[in-house]
Amino acid sequence: MAEAHPVGFQWVMEAKKRGARIIHVDPRFTRTSAVAHQHVPIRVGSDIAFLGGIINHVLQNELDFREYVVSYTNAANIVSDKFQDVDDLDGLFSGFDAESRTYDPTSWQFAQEDDDEDLGRAQADDAGDTAEQRNTASGMQHEAHGMQVGAKPPRDETLQHPMCVFQVLKRHYARYTPEVVEQICGVSQEDFLAVCQAWTENSGRERTTALVYSVGWTQHSVGVQYIRAGAILQLLLGNMGRPGGGIMALRGHASIQGSTDIPTLYNILPGYLPMPNAEKHQTLTDWIDSVRNPGSKGFWANAGAYGINLLKAYWGDAATAENDYCFDYMPRITGDHGTYRTVLDMIDGKVKGYFLLGQNPAVGSAHGRAQRLGMANLDWLVVRDLFEIESATFWKDSPEVATGEIVPEECRTEVFLFPAASHVEKEGTFTQTQRMLQWREKAVEPPGDARSELWFFYHLGRMVRERLAGSTDERDRPLLDLAWDYPLHDEHGSEWGEPSAEDVLKEINGYEIATGRPLSGFGEMKDDGSTLGGCWIYAGVYADGVNQAARRKSRHDQSYVAPEWGWAWPMNRRLLYNRASADPEGRPWSERKAYVWWDEEAGEWTGKDVPDFEKKKAPSYRAPEGSDGVAAIEGIDPFIMQGDGKGALYAPQGLIDGPMPTHYEPVESPFRNLLHGQQGNPTRKEYRRADNPMNPDPREPGAAEVFPYVFTTSRLTEHHTAGAMSRYVEHLAELQPEMFVEVSPQLAEERGLEHMGWCHVVTARSAVEGRVMVTERLRPLRVEGRTVHQVWMPYHWGQGGLVSGDSTNDLFGISLDPNVLIQESKVGTCDVRPGRRPTGPALREYVEGYARRAGVLGDGGNAVVTASAEAQQESAAAQQGEQHSPQQQEDQ
Amino acid sequence: MTGPHSLFGPLDPAPDAGYVDAPSRKGFFTDTSVCIGCKACEVACKEWNDVPENLYEMLGTSYDNSHSLNANQWRHVAFIEQPAGRSSVGLPPSIGDAAPSRDSVDLGMPTLGAAPTDVPDDAKPDFRWLMSSDVCKHCTHAACLDVCPTGSLFRSEFGTVVVQDDICNGCGYCVAACPYGVIDRRRGPEGDPKVGIAQKCTLCYDRLTDNQRPACAQACPTESIQYGDVDELRERASARVATLHEQGVMDARLYGNDPDDGVGGTGAMFLLLDEPEVYGLPPDPVVTTKDLPQMARRAGMAAAAMLAGAAVSFLRRTP
Repeated sequence: MAEAHPVGFQWVMEAKKRGARIIHVDPRFTRTSAVAHQHVPIRVGSDIAFLGGIINHVLQNELDFREYVVSYTNAANIVSDKFQDVDDLDGLFSGFDAESRTYDPTSWQFAQEDDDEDLGRAQADDAGDTAEQRNTASGMQHEAHGMQVGAKPPRDETLQHPMCVFQVLKRHYARYTPEVVEQICGVSQEDFLAVCQAWTENSGRERTTALVYSVGWTQHSVGVQYIRAGAILQLLLGNMGRPGGGIMALRGHASIQGSTDIPTLYNILPGYLPMPNAEKHQTLTDWIDSVRNPGSKGFWANAGAYGINLLKAYWGDAATAENDYCFDYMPRITGDHGTYRTVLDMIDGKVKGYFLLGQNPAVGSAHGRAQRLGMANLDWLVVRDLFEIESATFWKDSPEVATGEIVPEECRTEVFLFPAASHVEKEGTFTQTQRMLQWREKAVEPPGDARSELWFFYHLGRMVRERLAGSTDERDRPLLDLAWDYPLHDEHGSEWGEPSAEDVLKEINGYEIATGRPLSGFGEMKDDGSTLGGCWIYAGVYADGVNQAARRKSRHDQSYVAPEWGWAWPMNRRLLYNRASADPEGRPWSERKAYVWWDEEAGEWTGKDVPDFEKKKAPSYRAPEGSDGVAAIEGIDPFIMQGDGKGALYAPQGLIDGPMPTHYEPVESPFRNLLHGQQGNPTRKEYRRADNPMNPDPREPGAAEVFPYVFTTSRLTEHHTAGAMSRYVEHLAELQPEMFVEVSPQLAEERGLEHMGWCHVVTARSAVEGRVMVTERLRPLRVEGRTVHQVWMPYHWGQGGLVSGDSTNDLFGISLDPNVLIQESKVGTCDVRPGRRPTGPALREYVEGYARRAGVLGDGGNAVVTASAEAQQESAAAQQGEQHSPQQQEDQ
Repeated sequence: MTGPHSLFGPLDPAPDAGYVDAPSRKGFFTDTSVCIGCKACEVACKEWNDVPENLYEMLGTSYDNSHSLNANQWRHVAFIEQPAGRSSVGLPPSIGDAAPSRDSVDLGMPTLGAAPTDVPDDAKPDFRWLMSSDVCKHCTHAACLDVCPTGSLFRSEFGTVVVQDDICNGCGYCVAACPYGVIDRRRGPEGDPKVGIAQKCTLCYDRLTDNQRPACAQACPTESIQYGDVDELRERASARVATLHEQGVMDARLYGNDPDDGVGGTGAMFLLLDEPEVYGLPPDPVVTTKDLPQMARRAGMAAAAMLAGAAVSFLRRTP
């Protein structure tokens, strides 16, 4: 965190000054470890084993916050007795379909009190649906939708029923003993228990623990399950919805939270509404019902208003009840349109044009060679950036020009490079990890022709619409009918002025169409077309016509929650699900941690923050029989966006790869899975092609000799991601002027590497070179009885800028988490050799030589499903007679 | 011993330099125990003071690629990797030293400040990565200033030592005079108007006069670099050492806070976690002009004696 988020890390240092103990779990000793009390080195890619060990420690020693767990989580829910866990099935859960490598999650569901008739539609996903969900990264949609489980599963609040979630969880993690953690993670039992002790002792009524993670957790083929493991632990210890608790994602740069809320993703729309699917969402009602899920508890019941307000924001007066608010104008998705699929499609000539805005995939994305070969096979490419980055120059100076794979004279891609305004040269908001929007003013005019993205897209849209004016072609209607009328800051009285970002914010907030009165919250959004709003969760940011994100009241002049600094969604709540900060009766768990509580006299929730609960709903409220939506949320259901109002220790749906996190080895690993025959995540997204070979499975003969080491990557404080904002700037570039490879003294000796000499790292994709940095900050670990060497590299360099070097991301292949399609780019296997890598065409021959020796040349890859044949059969049998195609599902 | 215009010993430099109603003396307290090595100080300093590039070279000394304080580097963050069982004195940065670490050798160097008591080896952390942001010390007795023949270097009303670029003639006397090796003449880049001119930290004189904190202190995310009144910083530094000692960090000690040291105490003081030499700091710096009066007196006496001798020789020749 000190390395990649030094500014945020100041608060960790502040906590340390006040007596907090800092433990840093990381493969190598970093700037964070330098100021931590304890550094716990861990094998890259083994975090679920580590976290599972802590979960086991909590459950075996009954260190959970029992009252919280019983009341606020689904611990008491009874799971269907058809469910079979990984220990019974060699690493698979029940319901596995080996052909599609997905699960039919029917057997994962909660038991039903009545007969099958009661099986809710929302619970009836099958393997066909799951494959579809994997392609469309629907886990992203679940990010805000929550699970649509039935509202009233049977419960055993004594937590003794053998199929209650608590017992299922306890059995699931029983094998994650300190000894096993030591074997898998390479963490000593002493260090491991110190972490367990610190975490559990700092949780409970009086104390809470916050969990902060970053891409070291997410960029794995089991990335979502890493976070799930953290969530289970935080729920067991009562750290969710309480001050000082929670799980925070530290994003890669400013406003990544904002670019998920108002997304730059293919599968979701603003406010986590799903992108309509060409097959499933033929009508507005289909689309809205897929979000609303009639019959479920919770606040998504009002999804109709959110969707219609968005359509009204897009198409204004043209959107009417009669034409389904122009729902037919919406683009549709038909499958996987993720960034990696798109790049491979570019290579295959299926993509004509591409926009790159503030992104440098030639350096920053996994499998750099595929990225560059893809971009070299377009008709046109628009790049908007601060400098002339590698993604704009690949056609003339990329490594593939040296190997002869790209010939500048023949490269067909026409590149349009536009200079972009930096964040201080334009106005707008940043949304940070706490969901807080902070307005920033323009400090200086952008230089020369540099312009903001807002300017670019507004005027691009304006010009395209001018070109199409008068067109009678039906396909041009969506563009021509757009509400595209933003006031301009036209200092020069020209049509080329900068659109007002504040006006855009006002539209995002939403307003009453007849009067123009800004909405004060999403509760005011109407589904009759009388209001419009671009992002329902942001409604209220412009309440009372005031830019609430621009508020800057000093923290010294308000409570510690600081509600008048910026604005947080939803409804300026600083802490989500904060009903959980009070006990089931509505009283604070402790004086020290009092945050939101029930005021019996006033008959309402009150406290230091905006209560994340209906203000007048008493803790004693119980839902009437047969209720759904908001009315079904009981007074003791803090997790109001979940289908049952409870925190999910066990997730019967919404996850492609299983209801509970289980340890799988990374796709590339020198170790066999100690726990199961199933080596890696069986449901991971793979693209098996000759240009995307993966290093072999450790079961393959010779694999360990060809690629014996583990490598990982991360950032240096001195550089920013793919380097576009640091390698081109004198004062930053000189701080870390060269690409380097960190190795332990032991590995240096083993491979004959000399400090500050050259070495190169090889995978089946590429070889990259760098200066050798021998350091004790990396140390070999003992895993499964043998020594493993880990190699670390920063990934900031490319051929451009004031300082240049090989690009580390060239080493990775493309292999994705099945839930959100994030790439596994924090762990791989490699070889390390002294000296520089071959250049020119010899480089490809060299790399292919490695691939050949490893047996992965061509379309080679590992067997993904490695659980025993019996286990596969048994897992599949759990669903016999219940296989449905998506179409059948629709017909039910 | 210490009188007005003394060249050593404790005094308040601004009034001593003749300022009437000078503001209280300003300085830095750099607490290396909370430094995270982000180098924001280096960058902020260069941005504000328009300091050009230093060098584009990977040095292999851990994450330090700035080398040292010089005319193009007014803040410098040192990174010291200390292996387990480290030597506490005179050990170069361990990077590249894959050989087994050596035992401590007592070089008989004097120590400064609150020297740690003997810390048993097993109480020392296994491996340490020390980081420290170094800067001009703004000495109470600044030799650079004393030897400057042009008056380019001057004592500001804040008690700091500042170079006036347009007066410096590049003679370089100050470079040899600085006991810390801080001030330096700019060597490049080619075309830079200040090549040949002596350059160093001004403690952001042009920010102080506007009631602003120096750029480095403003940029520091962890309050490792603290700016303020020297008297108050000295108290704060002592309190911080005491706190760290209570927490069992017995290695903590102060550097430059003692007005009775060889430079009369510094305006920029440090909390270190090891001997100063480990960070590249001289253990017992003495202002190079300390003995100037005595030297002058002795030179005067010698001159007088020679004159007297000469006179005597003439007297003898008188018949």
